[in-house]
Amino acid sequence: MAKTKDVLVDPIFKNNPITLQVLGICSSLAVTTQLDKAIVMALAVTIVTAFSNMVISLIRDFIPSSIRIIVMMTVISSLVILVDQLLKAYVPTVADQLSVFVGLIITNCIVMGRAEAFASKNTPVQSFLDGIGNGVGYSLILLVIGFFRELLGSGTLLGYEVLKLSTEGGWYVRNGLMLTPPSAFFLIGLLIWAIRTYDPAQYKRDQTA
Amino acid sequence: MQAETNQETDVANKDMADDVGFEPNSTSGTIIIALVLCLVCSLVVSTAAVALRPMQDQNRENKKRRNVLISAGIWDKAVHTDGNIEELFKNVETILVNLPSPNQDDPQAGTINEQLNVASYNQRKASKDPEQNMSILAKDDVAGIKRREKVSAVYLVKDDKGALKTIVLPVYGKGLWSTLYGFLALEADTRTVAGITFYEHAETPGLGGEVDNPKWKAQWPETVAVDENGAPVLTVTKPGIANADNEINGISGATITSNGVQNTIEYWLGLDGFGPFLERVRNGELSAKN
Repeated sequence: MAKTKDVLVDPIFKNNPITLQVLGICSSLAVTTQLDKAIVMALAVTIVTAFSNMVISLIRDFIPSSIRIIVMMTVISSLVILVDQLLKAYVPTVADQLSVFVGLIITNCIVMGRAEAFASKNTPVQSFLDGIGNGVGYSLILLVIGFFRELLGSGTLLGYEVLKLSTEGGWYVRNGLMLTPPSAFFLIGLLIWAIRTYDPAQYKRDQTA
Repeated sequence: MQAETNQETDVANKDMADDVGFEPNSTSGTIIIALVLCLVCSLVVSTAAVALRPMQDQNRENKKRRNVLISAGIWDKAVHTDGNIEELFKNVETILVNLPSPNQDDPQAGTINEQLNVASYNQRKASKDPEQNMSILAKDDVAGIKRREKVSAVYLVKDDKGALKTIVLPVYGKGLWSTLYGFLALEADTRTVAGITFYEHAETPGLGGEVDNPKWKAQWPETVAVDENGAPVLTVTKPGIANADNEINGISGATITSNGVQNTIEYWLGLDGFGPFLERVRNGELSAKN
C-alpha cells in the first residue's frame, strides 16, 4: 500500500512534472495571468491526466505497439473534447476566457508523458492515482504562479481587490511584466531554485543521471 | 523501486490479451483495435456534443442578451447575474427590421418585418446563408464584411411606462485580425449614443482587445453618432485628441482596430444599414405602429 501512496504523492513535490521534469511549461505560461483561470485549467488537466491514464492502462494489453502513440492521442483528445464541451455548458464565462487553451491540453506533455511512461505498464488503479498525483503537482505550481501574477499584475485575487491600484487612486503601481508570459518563466525559475535548494537530491539526481 | 512494482503488476496482467486469444500486434489486430477505438471515441465525443448542445445554445443566447443589456447601460456587473436576464429583458422588445437592398429606393427599407418569427430567427446563420443574405456593393462596404443579412433584429428598451428609452442595434465589422461583433445602443432620439459593447472578436489582447475594456467604452455614452440630416458623423480619432461631441479617442497601439470600429459604426448607421430604420423612428412610425 505504501507504494500506491508514493505513486500519488511523489509527483506533487519530489518528482513534480513542472519543476523537476520541466514538462507542461507552455500552458503554465498561458493561463496563469488570473487565478480563476489557473484553477479551472489545473482541474481540467488533472481530470484528463487521471482518466486518460486509467483508460490507457485498461486497454494497455490490447494496444498494438506500432500505433500506440496514436491510440493514446485519440483517447486523450476524446477526453479533452469532453472536458471542453462540459466547460462550455456549465461555466461558459471561464470557458470563454480559456478559449483555445483547453483544446491545447491535448498537446500538454504531462498527459502524454504519463500515458507512455506509466499507464502503459501499470494497473488501472495505480495509473489513475499517478494521473491525479501528476495533475495535482501541475496544479500546485499553476496556482502558485497564478497567485503571484494576479496579485502583482492586477492587484486582485480571484477578481477581488487586494492591493489598491494607483490607476484607481490607490498606492500600488501594478507590475505590467506580470501580465505577460515571460514573468511566468521567472517565477518558474525561482520556484525550481527554491525547491532544489530545499531538496538538493533533485539536482544531484540530475547530474548522476 | 518504482520499476519493480511495474514489473510485478505487469507479470500479473500481461496475459489479458492472450487469455482471449487476441494478437494486437498482428496486422488484422492492429486494424481492428484502431477501428474499435475510433468508433468508441467518436461515440463518446458525439454523444457529449449532442447532449450538451441545448445548454451551450442557452449560454450563447444569454451572452447575447447580457450584452444587449450592457450596451444599453442597464446591466450592473456587481448586482446582476445570468438569472436576472429574463427579468431585465421584460422591458426589452425585440423586433425584426428589413435592411435596405442595394437598390436605394427600396420601399421596404427600414420597415418592421412581420413575416419572420422573432423567437426563432437566427441572425448569425442568416448572415451566412445565401438565401437570407445579400452582397454589399463595394463602394458601400466600409465595414469590410462583403455580405450581410437582409433582416436584422433590433432591441427596443422601454422604461417602466412603456416609452422607448434605448434602441440597441447589432453591428459587426472587420478589425485587424477578426470580425468584431457588438451592440450599439442609441438614445430614443436616434442620434446620441447610449453605449457600446463588443462581445466577440479576436483582436490582440492588450491592444485591439481593449475594445471591450469598460474604461474605453465609458467615453461612448452621450457622443453624437448621427447629425440632423441622418448622416453618421461619429469619428474615432487618434488617441487623446478627441474634443468634439462626435469624437471618440482611439485605442493607443490599435489604429486598425479603432478605424474598424469607426467604419463599423459608419456602415451600420448609414443608408445601407439601419439609416432608413432610424429615419422612420424619427418620423414617429415606430410609435404609430404600437
